[in-house]
Amino acid sequence: MTRTTTRPLLELAAITKTYQVKQGLFAKAKPLNALGGVSLCLHKKDVLGLVGESGCGKSTLAKILLGLEAPTAGKVLVDGKEIDPRERRHLARRLQPIFQDPYSSLNPRKSIEDIIALPLVVHDIGDSASRSQAVARMLDLVGLPARVRRGYPNQLSGGQRQRVAIARALIMKPEIVVCDEPTSALDVSVQAQILNLLGDLREELGLTYFFISHNLAVVEHLATRVAVMYLGQIVEEAAAAALFANPRHPYTKALLESVLTPDPCLSVPDTHLGASYPNPISPPSGCRFHPRCAQVRDICKTTPPPRIGNEGGHVDCHLYSGAAAH
Amino acid sequence: MSDPILSVRNLTIDIPMSQNTMHAVRGISFDLKRGETLCIVGESGSGKSLTSLAIMGLLSKKLQRAATRLDFAGIDLMSQKLRQMRDLRGNRMAMIFQEPMTSLNPAYTIGDQLAEAYLLHRKATRVQARMRAIELLGKVGITAAENRLSQYPHQLSGGLRQRVMIAMALMCEPELIIADEPTTALDVTIQAQILRLLADLQREMNMAMILVTHDLGVVARVADKVAVMYAGEVVEQGTAKEIFGHPRHPYTRGLLRCIPVPGRSKPGEHLGSIPGMVPSLVGRVKGCAFRARCDVAEEACTAAIPERRMESGHAWRCIHQAAERLSP
Repeated sequence: MTRTTTRPLLELAAITKTYQVKQGLFAKAKPLNALGGVSLCLHKKDVLGLVGESGCGKSTLAKILLGLEAPTAGKVLVDGKEIDPRERRHLARRLQPIFQDPYSSLNPRKSIEDIIALPLVVHDIGDSASRSQAVARMLDLVGLPARVRRGYPNQLSGGQRQRVAIARALIMKPEIVVCDEPTSALDVSVQAQILNLLGDLREELGLTYFFISHNLAVVEHLATRVAVMYLGQIVEEAAAAALFANPRHPYTKALLESVLTPDPCLSVPDTHLGASYPNPISPPSGCRFHPRCAQVRDICKTTPPPRIGNEGGHVDCHLYSGAAAH
Repeated sequence: MSDPILSVRNLTIDIPMSQNTMHAVRGISFDLKRGETLCIVGESGSGKSLTSLAIMGLLSKKLQRAATRLDFAGIDLMSQKLRQMRDLRGNRMAMIFQEPMTSLNPAYTIGDQLAEAYLLHRKATRVQARMRAIELLGKVGITAAENRLSQYPHQLSGGLRQRVMIAMALMCEPELIIADEPTTALDVTIQAQILRLLADLQREMNMAMILVTHDLGVVARVADKVAVMYAGEVVEQGTAKEIFGHPRHPYTRGLLRCIPVPGRSKPGEHLGSIPGMVPSLVGRVKGCAFRARCDVAEEACTAAIPERRMESGHAWRCIHQAAERLSP
């Protein structure tokens, strides 16, 4: 397979992030391990879908990628070179974000043209004429009429705003776009338009996406690879087709079962997951998923699961350690 | 056949503006029986939340509500005075709101908020209200219910808060429950649990339920009946099987093509989309409101659109009655 031979465009090596959290006025600060050794690779034109419940550390990982937070340990490598946190400007030329809520991610007091051109101004690229041309090209690229450039965000619909956010991210000609739930604030018909646009742009510009979402149907539609995150750890990673056809980790299975496909002959599934997501300040012993796991065994309660690799992916689960032995 | 518990005919909601009027809801009719679930589905701005607020009598005074009929269990809701509505709300009809974070009062404990409606409507003692609260928290799957009563909303997770909202709505065993996007803010795993819980409780108490949502997956799994709203109108209504199996209105068909479905839509391929935008509802709206975005629109769509109705009750507003003429 080619993916093992070529150098990944983006590599996360054992990223750990620990916050110190105080619970109560005089309580001693306790460590909260938001990310516990996350390693991921992105090759050119990959779409890596990162899925998991809220609070699992997806957005923390996105912040570290974007250089908005420094990891406690571990490295972010772009083209095999480590990113110096002081060189954020440099990173921003290659990596741009699209955020979840286009209602709060655009400055309401700036015109659309100013919003889209801002990255060029920050990086001091071109003069006002060339910037204006670049904005016109971007508007065309994301399918917005040229007349909106003089308008303000409040004059646009949710879908149009998200197109503005995409134009702003792409004006720097980045190679990697970090999409943090880009469609979850949008209506279904608008969501379809934005997903189509993201797909087209990837083909046209050869973009690589780091795509965070809790909507598994969306992830299946767009992603080429999927990583499943639970309590700050990647519990399963595989090619998208393989993961959706044959999920291995019990958590991945439960997540897939809870997707509500529009089939009126089926009722609401029972995921057997139990109600509570564990407190990350005191994570469960052994396998962190064991209190909610339907296939829990004694060993899961005491020993962290081994990482079992297979072609291009891995799963962290005791269930497969026997199978790997022979 | 039993009589419907809720009967709505020609419900309209007008929002007066400085010079004109916005016709936010334009002539909605439906019936709901005990034990039935009606899902109102539509995109933002289609008037689905206004409709549910209008039934509860919770619209702002500035908004004008009108209907030829708005009956709940034989009571004409249009003529009810404020006090009479108060006796109904939280007692015989209850509502679950979308965001439990903003609809729970942060300054009162869970126990106080749960007991409030029960104390008011049932003339119960505090001890009885407390027992009832513990019973219902247990029913919605909250463990250690007694300890939870003295907690404040910020001490609970999103899923737990939504369960508290459900328990609160069920305190007085309402006959009608209206849930406005009850699971939109939640994770998929929690969403499945909350929906199961609602369905189980509804069956157990034989309640009628209106579920307002934009998630077609949720609609397919829980609805008996579905009403598809577009620009303030119900453009199609029928059973879940009819709507998902044989959608008639071009908008319903468009919506169903928009969602990626694992196993059906091919990864990476273009999803169907509905071009254009929702029309303005300010001033007089003539003809089919969807015609500007519809791929089978023609001259006749600018005239008033009659409702087509099959014997089963499956109804839609489109002049293209023969469904075969529409693109699949």
